[in-house]
Amino acid sequence: MTLALNIKGLNKTYDNGFVALKNIDLAVKAGDFFAMLGPNGAGKSTTLGIVSSLVNKTSGAVSVFGHDLDTDRMAVKGLLGVVPQEFNFNAFEKVYDIILQQAGYYGMPAPLAKTRIEHYLKKLDLWEKRHVQARMLSGGMKRRLMIARALIHEPKLLILDEPTAGVDIELRRTMWEFLEDINAMGTTIILTTHYLEEAEALCRNIAIINKGEIVANTSAHDLLRQLKKATFVADLVNPISIPENTPYNFRIVGDAQVEFDVIKDQPLNPVIALLGSLQGEVLSIRPKHNRLEEVFVDLIHGDNT
Amino acid sequence: MINYIALKTIAHKEIRRFMRIWQQTLLPPAITMVLYFIIFGNLIGARIGTMGGFDYMQFIVPGLIMMSVITNAYGNVSSSFFSNKFQRSVEEMMVAPVSNFTILLGFVLGGVARGLIVGAIVTLLSLYFTSMQVHNIFVVVSVITLTAVVFSIGGLINGIFANKFDDVTIVPTFILTPLTYLGGVFYSVKMLPEFWQTVSHLNPILYMVNAFRFGILGVSDINIWVAFGMLLVFTIALFSWALYLLNRGIGLRA
Repeated sequence: MTLALNIKGLNKTYDNGFVALKNIDLAVKAGDFFAMLGPNGAGKSTTLGIVSSLVNKTSGAVSVFGHDLDTDRMAVKGLLGVVPQEFNFNAFEKVYDIILQQAGYYGMPAPLAKTRIEHYLKKLDLWEKRHVQARMLSGGMKRRLMIARALIHEPKLLILDEPTAGVDIELRRTMWEFLEDINAMGTTIILTTHYLEEAEALCRNIAIINKGEIVANTSAHDLLRQLKKATFVADLVNPISIPENTPYNFRIVGDAQVEFDVIKDQPLNPVIALLGSLQGEVLSIRPKHNRLEEVFVDLIHGDNT
Repeated sequence: MINYIALKTIAHKEIRRFMRIWQQTLLPPAITMVLYFIIFGNLIGARIGTMGGFDYMQFIVPGLIMMSVITNAYGNVSSSFFSNKFQRSVEEMMVAPVSNFTILLGFVLGGVARGLIVGAIVTLLSLYFTSMQVHNIFVVVSVITLTAVVFSIGGLINGIFANKFDDVTIVPTFILTPLTYLGGVFYSVKMLPEFWQTVSHLNPILYMVNAFRFGILGVSDINIWVAFGMLLVFTIALFSWALYLLNRGIGLRA
């Protein structure tokens, strides 16, 4: 099995003494769509910063497609495309020039670079803005500019640190489709995100990092199976009041909407019957979105009940 | 070790940057030097008479050319590199397979280009005020180029250590300008008392100004070969230091 990224015993202590990473191990298979989740300051960006040569590691080993970061850094860099969390381009440069320069840094001849720039700017709906200074772009356009820039040398491993932060829902879904296409064509993708829905929709494997330690590293499917309870939302014909100490932890969440928990794989018939006895006529029942969020909160707070 | 396309990209980017904002980079030194020519050369110089066997105006022109080369080569790289750090666009280079050697060379080429272009502008302007001979073209070209290289590297080191925009102006204001003014731009050090002559010889800019003046006028307060030796030592030492800082990621990587 080829590993796109292999991290062993990675430690990072910043100069101010803050321990950002504690001996983490992480393996990402080639072709994977992998998510790194964790609260702010958990160590996600530090990990990806080390892989991208933007942060010095304290100790440990990192290799990308078998190339060791310490002994073969240039090969590692050539295989990576990096989309950082913060905008990191010269805001006074034009969109086209920013990407052309990046192609130059990768040693790409100008004719090839120009062909690819047109391809990716059109794909990311930025072609019309190619002669515009980057500072004039909207937040979503700036994110797409950074994605186009990271793809210009067609990397085998694409690292995205919160690529859809501040992007509206419609655009986010368009970007998801684009990333899925890139992944389907063979590019391994690692992303960090705060939108757990994003990780659940896109990623096959997920690592959760908390306080510099990996607390879970498995497939999205297995991670969701760790849920011992499932949360549903019931839409009712009319509002109801819920007495105390009813089972299923009923919560009123809207005018005629109730949320409840059931033990995983239990039938819902008794719930509907109980709601009926409370004069609640059920219109529909749906699972609550962001199931991953529950696992995430459980793992971070160590409360997987 | 050198990625030539990347080197060309960095140098081109740097040159395009200062050409795009020529009103801030090329015009001010031209205006400043014209004022120097008028005030020190024409008005005051006429009363001073000759120095080193030449009109005062002819005497100060090489020093003023050198002063503009030093200031602009240094300022170009220090402000550009710090600006790259400040906007984080330096990360574009750091994630790409570009060696630090190439990055260093690219920025230095940008600084040298600005230094030499400003030097050429000042030279052309000086011809309006005085005539100029060239005593030794090899010395002129090599000294001015090596000086631009030394101060471009110095500017990059300043940019590496700078944490805020003020840090980019401290060295030019408190070190470079006094050393340049005391480096024999406006006078021959032989006019100074012996003690101050000795002190002046500790100023590296004295050697650069005098070596360049030798190339133009054929007169110098110092030994030309000592000046060349000093320029080479500074070039190698500063280049090595800058490369070490980049390799360690000082001011760049946490």
